[in-house]
Amino acid sequence: MEKVINFTLKVWRQRGPKAQGAFESYQMEDITGDTSFLEMLDILNENLVSEGKEPVVFDHDCREGICGMCSLYVNGHPHGPEGGVTTCQSFMRKFNEGDTITVEPWRSAAFPVIRDLMVDRSAFDEIMQAGGYVSVNTGAPQDSNAILISKEVADVAMDAASCIGCGACVAACKNGSAMLFVSSKVTQLALLPQGKVEAARRAKAMVAKMDELGFGNCTNTRACEAECPKSETIINIAKLNREFITAKLQD
Amino acid sequence: MTKIDSKIPEGQLAEKWSNYKAHQKLVNPSNKRRLDIIVVGTGLAGASAAASFGEMGFNVLNFCIQDSPRRAHSIAAQGGINAAKNYQNDGDSIYRLFYDTIKGGDYRSREANVYRLAEVSNSIIDQCVAQGVPFARDYGGTLDNRSFGGAQVSRTFYAKGQTGQQLLLGAYSALSRQIHKGSVKLYTRYEMENLVIIDGRTRGIIVRNLVTGKLERFAAHAVVLATGGYGNTYFLSTNAMGCNCSAAISAYKKGALFANPSYVQIHPTCIPVHGDKQSKLTLMSESLRNDGRIWVPKNLEDAKAIQEGKMKGDEIKEEDRDYYLERRYPAFGNLVPRDVASRAAKERCDKGFGVNPTGLAVFLDFSEPIARLGEDVVRQRYGNLFQMYEEITNENPYKTPMMIYPAIHYTMGGLWVDYELQTSIKGLFALGECNFSDHGANRLGASALMQGLADGYFVIPFTIQNYLSDQITVPRFSTDLPEFEVAEKEVQDKIEKLMSIQGTESTDSIHKKLGNIMWDFVGMGRTKEGLTEGLKQLAEVKKEFWTNVRIPGAKDDQNTELEKALRVADFIEMGHLIAYDALNRNESCGGHFREEYQTAEGEAKRDDENYSYVACWNYTGEDKEPELIKEELNYEFVKVQTRNYKS
Repeated sequence: MEKVINFTLKVWRQRGPKAQGAFESYQMEDITGDTSFLEMLDILNENLVSEGKEPVVFDHDCREGICGMCSLYVNGHPHGPEGGVTTCQSFMRKFNEGDTITVEPWRSAAFPVIRDLMVDRSAFDEIMQAGGYVSVNTGAPQDSNAILISKEVADVAMDAASCIGCGACVAACKNGSAMLFVSSKVTQLALLPQGKVEAARRAKAMVAKMDELGFGNCTNTRACEAECPKSETIINIAKLNREFITAKLQD
Repeated sequence: MTKIDSKIPEGQLAEKWSNYKAHQKLVNPSNKRRLDIIVVGTGLAGASAAASFGEMGFNVLNFCIQDSPRRAHSIAAQGGINAAKNYQNDGDSIYRLFYDTIKGGDYRSREANVYRLAEVSNSIIDQCVAQGVPFARDYGGTLDNRSFGGAQVSRTFYAKGQTGQQLLLGAYSALSRQIHKGSVKLYTRYEMENLVIIDGRTRGIIVRNLVTGKLERFAAHAVVLATGGYGNTYFLSTNAMGCNCSAAISAYKKGALFANPSYVQIHPTCIPVHGDKQSKLTLMSESLRNDGRIWVPKNLEDAKAIQEGKMKGDEIKEEDRDYYLERRYPAFGNLVPRDVASRAAKERCDKGFGVNPTGLAVFLDFSEPIARLGEDVVRQRYGNLFQMYEEITNENPYKTPMMIYPAIHYTMGGLWVDYELQTSIKGLFALGECNFSDHGANRLGASALMQGLADGYFVIPFTIQNYLSDQITVPRFSTDLPEFEVAEKEVQDKIEKLMSIQGTESTDSIHKKLGNIMWDFVGMGRTKEGLTEGLKQLAEVKKEFWTNVRIPGAKDDQNTELEKALRVADFIEMGHLIAYDALNRNESCGGHFREEYQTAEGEAKRDDENYSYVACWNYTGEDKEPELIKEELNYEFVKVQTRNYKS
């Protein structure tokens, strides 16, 4: 049988970007273990609405761990204490009777709070726009099998490409660095022959944009890697540094 | 009466698209800069179209409801994308992909559209590879394939269990490049609420800024809707929470015909419903049916023991298992199309053979492939799916068989479009799941990604020029025109009406009621009596919603409850349309199964003589029944026959 628990929820409430925020506590009762963390917030909101109060605002969409929309610190950890999953894929069976569960929005200068638990991550889009692509138009490219790519390379590129752009790496980093996010895209495209041609230009452009937008530097604390729900590795950061230094040397 | 012209080009099937491209009108580069195109949605269809328009030189405005284009629900597609490459030398061809799609759709789609889809499928794979999409590869460096339902070849390209993610990120990259270039302007956290029509042509949209709550107006020479399907009408589905049909319904209410709404796809392999607090259902990719075997116990006593928790699936002896898909459909086995597999699961569960406490689940078993290939190989193929299953259910699928049950997944119906993907309103186009065009009454697995990208990369860039070529002298429109004023006022009035109700029921609780009615009466097995009752209950839900919904907060502020209420208002209209179409269609075909119309063996029984048409519904006013307009389907090249997956 699934367990049923009661606990206290401490949720960050903030009216708007410039408003002062504060924690509010809510008592949650009879929550079953098979309830997902976000479904638990749905229940809280249903209670609030029935009392005529405004619900807690949080970003969420696919609820199957792939869209990257959910963005909560749970008990101080981006996406929660359990590794390798997004908030939407963590379940209440991992919590215990009488717990106090603290929920906060991403805390980072580059991700300002919009309201309650919702933050503005458009900085990630801007970094992508600076160079996160292969410059190819829609049209008639050559046959896919004309350029062979070894399975090993394709697999590593795929691992790097698995990043969901949620921002947990930035939220986890004491410097608020976006290096894991940037390096994942740079690594994916630099490994593949289609993206190799402009690898240096891409690395420089994306890093410059990242710096411009107020993300911090990487000091190899590896917090990003530990909290990434898709287990992206900091080996990507080493690869980014190599691309970046090569590019700078060519200048 | 609205006249239907599907604009199918002349000529042999294989020549139609070439003929079209050879004779269509074009817009020269300097004129493209003066033409604005609004694209609503940033999924596979929307992002690929917006990026392609930008590359061509048009001025593009691209809207999405999420915080980033990359969140669109295409991202969640797992299994793969079809193409007729024949890399596996297993007898595939463009014609074969065309034929499988027509047959899979139960002979309810247009030949010319489906052929074009198959024809451009190969270019999609090439385009995506050129963008840096890391498809799975074989040791020799060539692309790998797997099999999906409804086909006897391996033509599905994939990137682990995250194919939709990788394809969408490819399109998102292309889109990002155009945003950087300045040809596309991106508007995130905006929701379309109304369409603006001036002198019979689409000239703009009214959107709600989801952060400020303010209504805003945008004008353009053409509007492209790529806003997805209407599966969330059923509340519980595999769709994302934000997926909705409001853009399509607002177009419908402005005169765009809505085609085949009753064609709803119920996916056979989803994680079963576990409780009433559940917010969505999770799909387990169809690719699992490549190796997994579906079964229930042969004996009712065993099924009962499992339902009561006295016995486990792996304790049932091999000879006491009923691999019902392999038994009923020897030729295709576990890889029959989705509608067939879903109905077969329902049939077994209805007879009492279900394998969880609610009796609404069947086993998807990997013990045989694990024994044959080893756990490592199975982990390599399906590892992330198994992990997701374990996370949700707390059970290890390597040890105990998975439990699955059908769930609402995709909608084949949608806005009616002609061969150019233009709706019945001039200047309004619909792409991807938002239109009805290619899948007939049932979509084959791995074909949604194919259609979304076909529409966005390889069809609309051609056909929209044919429309815009005579618009080059039309100057940009002012959003101060009275037509914009009126369209905004309509939305404003609707919002004020909603906010003034202040009843006692939350939007979600009414949406759940709507979903239950839809699932019970307009779900996998439909009857005349059930649909009539369903329509009656839908009217009651509508009344309850408009008199008793409770929305806290303010209207011109960020208000997530108001966002949901605006969507649910349209889901209610959609529910009515689905049920009404289902009641009108007195036959069974594809995803639409009327229990009165089945063969002695329980297979869908079509009525080609009376129902070989696209049902196009014309809006006639609030609470009035829509008018039916038929587009007859003429099969010139394929012999229409009863689907056979047995031999």
